[in-house]
Amino acid sequence: MPLQGNLRNFSTTQLLNLINLAGKTGTLTIFEGIPTGEKDAMQEEKMAPGAERAKVAFKAGKLIFAAMQGQDGNLVSVLNKAGKLTDDQARIIRERAKNTSDKALAMLLINANYVSQNDVINSVQQHTLDVVYNLMSWNKEPFRFEDGTLPGSDRIMVPIDLENVIIEGSRRLREVDELVKHLPNLDMALKFPENPKEKFQGINLSVEEWRVVSFINPKNTIRQIAKANNMSELEIRRIVYGLEQAGLVEMVKPPSVDGKPAPGTPQSRMQQRRQQAAKPQVQRAVVSKLIDKIRSI
Amino acid sequence: MQTVKMVITGPFSSGKTEFIRSISEIEVVSTEREITSTAEAKVKDATTVAMDFGRITVDDDLVLYLFGTPGQRRFDFMWEILAEGMLGFVVMVDSAKPETFREAKSILETFRAYAPTPYVVAANKQDHPDAWAAEDLRIALRIEENVKLLPCVAKDRESVKNVLLELLYSILEEMES
Repeated sequence: MPLQGNLRNFSTTQLLNLINLAGKTGTLTIFEGIPTGEKDAMQEEKMAPGAERAKVAFKAGKLIFAAMQGQDGNLVSVLNKAGKLTDDQARIIRERAKNTSDKALAMLLINANYVSQNDVINSVQQHTLDVVYNLMSWNKEPFRFEDGTLPGSDRIMVPIDLENVIIEGSRRLREVDELVKHLPNLDMALKFPENPKEKFQGINLSVEEWRVVSFINPKNTIRQIAKANNMSELEIRRIVYGLEQAGLVEMVKPPSVDGKPAPGTPQSRMQQRRQQAAKPQVQRAVVSKLIDKIRSI
Repeated sequence: MQTVKMVITGPFSSGKTEFIRSISEIEVVSTEREITSTAEAKVKDATTVAMDFGRITVDDDLVLYLFGTPGQRRFDFMWEILAEGMLGFVVMVDSAKPETFREAKSILETFRAYAPTPYVVAANKQDHPDAWAAEDLRIALRIEENVKLLPCVAKDRESVKNVLLELLYSILEEMES
């Protein structure tokens, strides 16, 4: 089943996180949004998919290819943009190798000592990242993810871990409003997800991010962490947003936010009693009877 | 006579009424009204303004009531009343409408705060060509691994039975723990 929707409701970072966690293989296409004049279920303007604006491909949850409509993404242009080929070299190669695939061209250029293998890999990787970082700021376009669809085999595909892309992309999100919308309450706390060691392996965090990570504890509010690290609200929001989108931390309510008293206190015991009273007094036999009845319907 | 109650909740047009209708032994007592808003009318013709009410009689001594909540936020004052004394709850999500996922998550959190009862999430409309797969929904809605997220087609009685049974198994497990 294809995943489709609108970036307004499900952002690029959320999509990348989903693709990463689910280890998906396929191609994400982002379209120009065409207003239909109708409202969706949340009363927002419904957008129909128009022309393709970008394509991003993934293999087993890793980013492998990205192309933006209207941008020349062939190898010569990518190497030229990265400063590995001069304008003159690029022009001549384009003329001579019109019908050569990127992979074959890369081999020719490496063999002719124009560029090294690392130059090719790094330039293609940087180009892919630039495209993805660019589209991470889009917020109203329709999208569609097709499982199993990949670009042609003549393309050079360099696998890139999505965790770092999500973190870096989030770093670049300068939209304060968006950050405030996502994290309106700095009195929430943070906790590590299950298997934090596994998730943190191979992740490159900045010094600031590590400083925040070192304070993560369900008892510390985000505001307290910011104060301890002498960070502004915007700085802490940006860091927490990146960490959360990469699935490295989760938001939780500290005891003070929802008025929940600390465990073991008389207030906590009283609240527990109230909750017990709110629970229906149903016996195991009753539930078993319900199960039998529903099975027999 | 003992009565027990389960609540079926979820965003507007997620399939709550249909879910109850598929399993209830009585014609669902629905307080649906014709939709006045043009936009909402395009999604469906009638909406639940107070609650749906279905019944499953187990025997002379035991009856299960299913209550469907109104999906629109403007009727959320009813939610807490409906949640009182519930045995568990089902959160319905329209798998083909990603614009409602955030709302579904918010409703789930609200009901969790009302009462610490077991719950399951039903990924409804799995027969729709645009439906997101249940496991993708789990990631999208950030549903923890220990919470059951079940593929569902609310108009199919067997599918509805499966959701209710899974909820009852969770209730049993909680009683035993």
